[in-house]
Amino acid sequence: MSKVLILAEHDGGGLNPSTAKCVSCAAELSAAAIDVVVFADAAAAAASGAAALDQVSRVLTVEREENAHPLAAVIAPQLAAMAADYDYVLAPSTTFGKDVLPRAAALAGVGQISDIMAVEGPRRFRRPIYAGNAIITVTVADDAKVFATVRVASYPAASESGVAAPIESLSVDAALPAYTRYVELQSGGGDRPDLQAARRVVSGGRGVGSEDNFKVIFALADRLGAGVGASRAAVDAGYVPNDMQVGQTGKIIAPELYMAFGISGAIQHLTGIKDAGTIVAVNKDPDAPIFEVADIGLVGDLFEIIPELERVLGN
Amino acid sequence: MKILVCLKRVVDYNVRVRVKPDGSGVVTEGVKMSINPFDEIALEEALRIRERGDANEVIALSIGPDDCQQQLRTGLAMGADRAILVSADTAVEPLAAARTMMQIIEREDPGLVILGKQAIDDDCNQTGQMLAALWNRPQGTFASKLELKDGRATVTREVDAGLEVIDLELPAVITTDLRLNEPRYVKLPDIMKAKKKPLEVLNISELGVDTALNVQVETYAPPPTRAKGVMVDSVESLVSAMRDKGLLG
Repeated sequence: MSKVLILAEHDGGGLNPSTAKCVSCAAELSAAAIDVVVFADAAAAAASGAAALDQVSRVLTVEREENAHPLAAVIAPQLAAMAADYDYVLAPSTTFGKDVLPRAAALAGVGQISDIMAVEGPRRFRRPIYAGNAIITVTVADDAKVFATVRVASYPAASESGVAAPIESLSVDAALPAYTRYVELQSGGGDRPDLQAARRVVSGGRGVGSEDNFKVIFALADRLGAGVGASRAAVDAGYVPNDMQVGQTGKIIAPELYMAFGISGAIQHLTGIKDAGTIVAVNKDPDAPIFEVADIGLVGDLFEIIPELERVLGN
Repeated sequence: MKILVCLKRVVDYNVRVRVKPDGSGVVTEGVKMSINPFDEIALEEALRIRERGDANEVIALSIGPDDCQQQLRTGLAMGADRAILVSADTAVEPLAAARTMMQIIEREDPGLVILGKQAIDDDCNQTGQMLAALWNRPQGTFASKLELKDGRATVTREVDAGLEVIDLELPAVITTDLRLNEPRYVKLPDIMKAKKKPLEVLNISELGVDTALNVQVETYAPPPTRAKGVMVDSVESLVSAMRDKGLLG
């Protein structure tokens, strides 16, 4: 029977929700064991988060000073060394997973499957290409080790089980390069819900018009307890920081409710929201492509509609 | 210092890609082909570094069919000094592409390799990371800012949590994100000049690269479509439609 190793994502503290989504994907592989590895300088919080997840067999922690920051050059050789004992190595398709996993796969001398959206069999997977305009079914040889990133918007987070999986500390024998130095993380987000985990997301585009005007988007989001997203145009124009970008090259999200204000709906943006439960679009232009995918559309000026929306919601 | 830039030939950004009815691929006949937009940003960055005096040569590399020469000529017209095509008639996976780049690196000994973070056709986002692994050099992926000083690169990376800054010892591999720069337009006289610039053609089999596929594509399918939605004409109807779906509870 096969064994799966999942690369845990964390921020130095708790576990990132993307890890629980990888566990849901791994659960479809009919594997005998699903292990989660946490690379950190202090792994306790992330490890207990992973141990609580249903289906997880073991949590392995690799604690060393060099693992204090998520550097691909440092994590990849350790992950590649551990991969020898596994049939599958999975990581979330987040900027962290995308950075580390291909490097580890190349060190192990195998290819990678990016963005698994469905498991059709232990050796057969589906993934999007061309910004989601085509879906391909891919296969790998029976004896090949599979390195893959998991498209997190395609999977629910694994639930927590009543029984915690064992946590084991591990030391991995791998030479770690010193040519990469971590400097800092400039965090853009505030206390709002994480975009990739939020049940509701309110998003603004070029139509919002300025950084200052984005306040109306934030206010509505706060009222709905929603995360805030943006189109590439809004980020390029400097209205909001890059970590809010939704789309092919930004975040792929799957909230229950996605509300798009002043977003025309370029294909690259739409690919980031296709898995949303309900898409609500408000745009001045009745021909905006966003209306082709919207479940509920309203043509109008967002600056008139949002205040009215808040008034109606208040009743 | 030499900079190696990798340019992939892809279906143009503005083309709405369609899957062939028999599921054997996407329609590419008669479709406009271009340099992968992220790779164009990579070339622009390399040219700016050379123009600042921090590099003296920019080499454009492409891997693929002979038609890739068109994209390499565009790269030369933008300002690359010379170009190399590693010709390959069959699909080249990211790992094989990285192995091919390694062969060119051993020949050219660049101080910096810059390429797009992903190609907009297969959306893999792997090659730069794989190259850095094979080369055993640092990687600065998803770069939105790149500064070079004293043999080191400070890279600002667009990550899910914000902007991460890392400091790398050169040589290194950089993969570009959209906001790194805005590529220049090619001028007609430069297109004429580019015709005279050197473009060397090698064959992937001569380089001894293993191109066996790790991942086989079985079928192509169009994406599932969302059911047609409704248009409402007032905020009241919008809110009641949302309430009906249980979205405001």
